[in-house]
Amino acid sequence: MFRNQYDNDVTVWSPQGRLHQVEYAMEAVKQGSATVGLKSNTHAVLVALKRAPSELSDHQRKVIPVDDHIGVSIAGLTADARLLSKFMRTECLNSRYAYESPLPVSRLVSTLGNKMQICTQRYGRRPYGVGLLVAGYDEMGPHIYQTCPSSNYFDCKCMAIGARSQSARTYLERHLTEFLDCAVDDLVRHGLRALRETLPNEQELNTKLTGIEHEKRERGAPAAAMDVAEGQEGPAADAPADPQPEGPDAMEH
Amino acid sequence: MAAEQFGFSGELWGNGPSPGGFYRTPGGTTTPQHGPTKHTLHPMTMGTSVLGVKFEGGVVVAADMLGSYGSLARYRNISRVMKVNNTTVLAGAGDYADYQFLKEVLDQKIIDDELLGDGHSFSPKAIFSWLTRVMYNRRTRFNPLWNQMVIGGFHGGEPFLGYVDKIGVAYEAPTIATGMGAYMAQPLLRDALEKKPNMSQAEALALLEKCLKVLFYRDARSFNKFEFAIVTEAGVEILKPRSAEANWSIAHLIK
Repeated sequence: MFRNQYDNDVTVWSPQGRLHQVEYAMEAVKQGSATVGLKSNTHAVLVALKRAPSELSDHQRKVIPVDDHIGVSIAGLTADARLLSKFMRTECLNSRYAYESPLPVSRLVSTLGNKMQICTQRYGRRPYGVGLLVAGYDEMGPHIYQTCPSSNYFDCKCMAIGARSQSARTYLERHLTEFLDCAVDDLVRHGLRALRETLPNEQELNTKLTGIEHEKRERGAPAAAMDVAEGQEGPAADAPADPQPEGPDAMEH
Repeated sequence: MAAEQFGFSGELWGNGPSPGGFYRTPGGTTTPQHGPTKHTLHPMTMGTSVLGVKFEGGVVVAADMLGSYGSLARYRNISRVMKVNNTTVLAGAGDYADYQFLKEVLDQKIIDDELLGDGHSFSPKAIFSWLTRVMYNRRTRFNPLWNQMVIGGFHGGEPFLGYVDKIGVAYEAPTIATGMGAYMAQPLLRDALEKKPNMSQAEALALLEKCLKVLFYRDARSFNKFEFAIVTEAGVEILKPRSAEANWSIAHLIK
């Protein structure tokens, strides 16, 4: 079962200078369904693929609101993501209680990074098996952050994580220059197109498959409630080809 | 004290050695005193009124430089206004030691904040909120910081002026005066603001100087050496200490 003798515990280095348990945890992110985050000068948008594990069950929640100004989308172990998002919610609430002002996104992500790092360095613990895209809006404008089980985090212009997300990243790289001046709807459209790249060729996106969330604020405008829009449940994105019920408009949010 | 109310004398048994002690030595007792935890129940060195007023495009707070030791004018050159960060100032009345403690905590907090180097800094509202939490928390633990604080700031194109005191009462207002100033300066400030809602910075300074002079005439714990802290879009400016010319020639007429 073991790939080698150095992957039993996170605290053991391999002679090549690698932590195998941490690297395996990074693989867990690639098992989760894809999610895309991108931002313009005024907005940050998260788009997620809602893949149900079977015909009989609903999909897992992919987009989680954290505060009025922050939301995350996840790829990997949903249970771990729930724990992390609960932590993030608490941090945001604490900031609002102490300072009556929203927590800056970069500070939230760095505290989250510190929390996630602990279990990559302790005997008997395991890294979180989830990658997050954190979208938020604060005084420095819109942000997209990516976090990894290795507890690295990155400030991104746009990012895609999850299953087959490389093709989405390729799309994003190709259109990188267009995003900054985009209107929200166009940004969402770009997000959906990037997400479509992660699907097998014969399959198309519809409302049953996508969840969209975006920071609705213009730069400098006061905080407004965040919009979380999700379609109904649908067959798994990469399940054996089923006739997909067509949603009215995938752009709806 | 409370222990006696419930029939507990404070000693485990009368005339015996203290717990853990072998002998009961006559004379000087070294047994620990029982009773409630004692906190500062009386402020020692005190500052009197702090004033603050908003003007068009900023806010100014002022306090005199006297530290009163009871009725003794003990220290006559202490600063009671501080720059918190580039958008916020704070002035404190009440116990000067508690003010100094809070200043130290706040200064360190700002340093910690700036060390993050992420471009974010506390807004006046955030400082005000945090201070309110601290003051209320301390009074809830029956160990208040014996102060009345006035926070002035300018953020997002808006002036900010807030008040917090030792029991956690907090409010924002266009004019603020603490202590004796609440009785004597506050009506003057409100009157001036009503007559001219959009004062200029110079007018606001002149108004506060007038109020401080009135307080110097009538408040026995005040002094005619003041400091002003101004916050505008440009940042924080703490003016050099200045004095008002006082005229006591008619003092003998007041019986």
